Amino acid sequence: MNYGYTGKIAEVDLTKNDFEERSLDTSILFQYIGGRGLAVKVLWDRFGNRWREIDPLGPENLLIAFTGPLTGYLAGARICVTGKSPLSNGIVGSTASGEFPIELKCAGFDGIIVKGRANSPVYILITDGNVEFRDATKIWGLDGKQTTQAINKEVRKIMKERDPKFGLWREPAMLYIGPAGENNVRNAAVMQKWTHACGYGGYGAVMGSKNLKAIVAKGTGPLPDVSDPVGLLNLQEKMYDSIFSDPQRGFWGTGAGAFSVGAEASSEPVRNWQEEWHEEKSIGVINFETRNWVKRYWSDFGCARACMKLAVVKSGPLKGAITDNPDYELGAYCGTNLGFFEPDGVVYVSSVVDDLGLSGINSANTMGFAAELYQRGILTKEDFDGIEPNWGDAEAMGELAKLIAERRAIGNVLAEGTYRAAKKLSDMKGLDMTHYAVHFKGIEVGAHGIRTGHHFPYLGYALSVQGGDHTSIPRPPLSEALAAMGDSLVICTMSLGWGPIQGLIWNFYKAVTGWDMTQEKWMNNNGRSIIQIQRAALLLGGPDIVWDPLTDDDNPYRWYTPLPSGPYKGSAPNKDQLIEMRSKAYSEFGWDQEGIPTTEELIKLGLEDVDKAIHHLRK
Amino acid sequence: MFSNYVEGLTLCARRVQTFRPWIVRDYVKCTGCRLCEIACSIKHEGRIWPEASRIRVFMLIPGIEVPHLCAQCSNYPCVNSCPVEALSIHEKTGAVIVNGEKCTACGSCIKACPGEVPHLHPDRKQVVICDLCDGDPECVKICERAGYFALFKGNRTESINYDLYAKNPEEITANLVINLYGEKGEEFI
Repeated sequence: MNYGYTGKIAEVDLTKNDFEERSLDTSILFQYIGGRGLAVKVLWDRFGNRWREIDPLGPENLLIAFTGPLTGYLAGARICVTGKSPLSNGIVGSTASGEFPIELKCAGFDGIIVKGRANSPVYILITDGNVEFRDATKIWGLDGKQTTQAINKEVRKIMKERDPKFGLWREPAMLYIGPAGENNVRNAAVMQKWTHACGYGGYGAVMGSKNLKAIVAKGTGPLPDVSDPVGLLNLQEKMYDSIFSDPQRGFWGTGAGAFSVGAEASSEPVRNWQEEWHEEKSIGVINFETRNWVKRYWSDFGCARACMKLAVVKSGPLKGAITDNPDYELGAYCGTNLGFFEPDGVVYVSSVVDDLGLSGINSANTMGFAAELYQRGILTKEDFDGIEPNWGDAEAMGELAKLIAERRAIGNVLAEGTYRAAKKLSDMKGLDMTHYAVHFKGIEVGAHGIRTGHHFPYLGYALSVQGGDHTSIPRPPLSEALAAMGDSLVICTMSLGWGPIQGLIWNFYKAVTGWDMTQEKWMNNNGRSIIQIQRAALLLGGPDIVWDPLTDDDNPYRWYTPLPSGPYKGSAPNKDQLIEMRSKAYSEFGWDQEGIPTTEELIKLGLEDVDKAIHHLRK
Repeated sequence: MFSNYVEGLTLCARRVQTFRPWIVRDYVKCTGCRLCEIACSIKHEGRIWPEASRIRVFMLIPGIEVPHLCAQCSNYPCVNSCPVEALSIHEKTGAVIVNGEKCTACGSCIKACPGEVPHLHPDRKQVVICDLCDGDPECVKICERAGYFALFKGNRTESINYDLYAKNPEEITANLVINLYGEKGEEFI
């Protein structure tokens, strides 16, 4: 029994309708911790020697949801969902906040691994020490809000029937998919509580491919024992003092960026990245705040920062839309990127993609791509089944999201994600449309541009093992090991990672697990190993797409086009300079000049099997 | 008409304090952070244990968070219903005190409570009810410290009927969802 862990992982086989409890070796937990790191290890051990053969949407792929040892102890509660990604064909650690990880731990499990494929739609119900399969035929097809309500009702009834004397049963927590995941839309998200998405990676489609509508947990136990309860309490006090001492800590969330990242930083997607600058004051957070927010602070278990807000459209044609915040990313992607700058439109489109279970960043990137093709007359109203996706038309964009989620008309192509859709459309129309696709290794890019040279690093996404994921960015000479730290401890970077108490993270780790770790050791060893395995998996890719580092470790075509407007007009990276920078970064990351992790690096990290598996990639 | 107005004013002014604490709950302000549950379970159980917490936040609809805890009814139906005298009233604070050794977890108090507030301890054979932490509730301290004031410490006055707060969270949810989501909220009740 290790402190901070329940010591059990539920491994579920949907084909066999069976589950077994697995424990993990202490040495593996010590090395990979949990969340992203641990899942990367599990995936690599299973598939490493034949990574290319594994179909991300086939029954063999694993859908993994892991907590970390600090989940619930350090402010906030997140879950890390992963598997072989149907977008990048590598591994993306995709996290979201909510109560699911707490319920899972209280039910006695650190995580769940799902393999196989159910014959008909099911959901998994996890209660204290138990895993069962329940029929989901009746909830298949329901949107996110309906799904949540139907499962809440059913599970509360089950709990009451099983233990009627307990008193009132609360709602369970769940990971679920909407219609987009059911229809294997490649940028479908795994959702929690209506609005919180494990968005990057396309794991909603992986759940859908397994006929798995939801994973539901209701636990009644405590969080696991910790090594130093008094030390932990002191750290929590320090954390609260630090966070609470700033009264405006989470007041605007990240929503203020919807104006400032465009107007000031000039790095916001506007009309599918045709521009990155605007100065539309209507999208200022003051308008969301005064018009749409019904809760100024909305948070998940243990959160002390409360950067989420609850937003509603209260009047007009879009009335009834409900979403969180929206945060910066959706303010940008479900707003400026689609050409509108009004809060109601942003809340509406965010709410539509939430309900459909689409990833708001990734699918709205695809929608922007499609709208640009419409703008250029390459796609027509007929292609869109009568919809006219004009920039700025929120209702039409909502309809476009439905077209994609339901795979109707051109939606069936767009459902493959921006990159695959661009390739397919290029073949269909005999025109190169990949120039309009703003993605990195199949992952549609986050809402932070690089062209000014001042916002995100020039090569941040190009060298990321998670492609366009804005939360996993290497900053040479530093690798992405820092991002892997948060995703492996499974903590909230909003709450702590960027805060003044970041330096306490390993103290928390020590108080909870009793184990020692230093930032230096993490960056040079543990975290670095995780990144090297992810890099290997990404380069192996397959079966449908294989990335070539020298071609694909680069920015998309559009990002070399000089910015057409704003204070940084004319600004664009210089490709020759970037190639030089890339060459240097390769060496710093332990990769050869072809971008492949070197034997020396891998042996040093004890990853001989990884070296063997990628040997054939080296020239 | 005029006399009614004066009477009204007099009623408002006659907010006689009783020196008994009451945890004021401002449902609209609840963020759902559950720091109250963390603080409560650390105080009473020595660890983080949401289902053993004496205050539980119900989120039957996302965004609609309802902190659910004892309201210390004037007639204490729970205490009166207990067949083994396991429940008593704290002399100073008026809180319901559970004697874990006497309690048989029969559930009579849960049935007697108009808001179904008490629930069984997940492990021990006894019911759990808010004991007001001897007058200085931990849940309130963390919520005030966080600046949310969804829970804050008040003193019982004679002009408020606190019994009405012993209310089922489903009923509170049905009100709150309309308050926050408007007509759309009706779809989720």
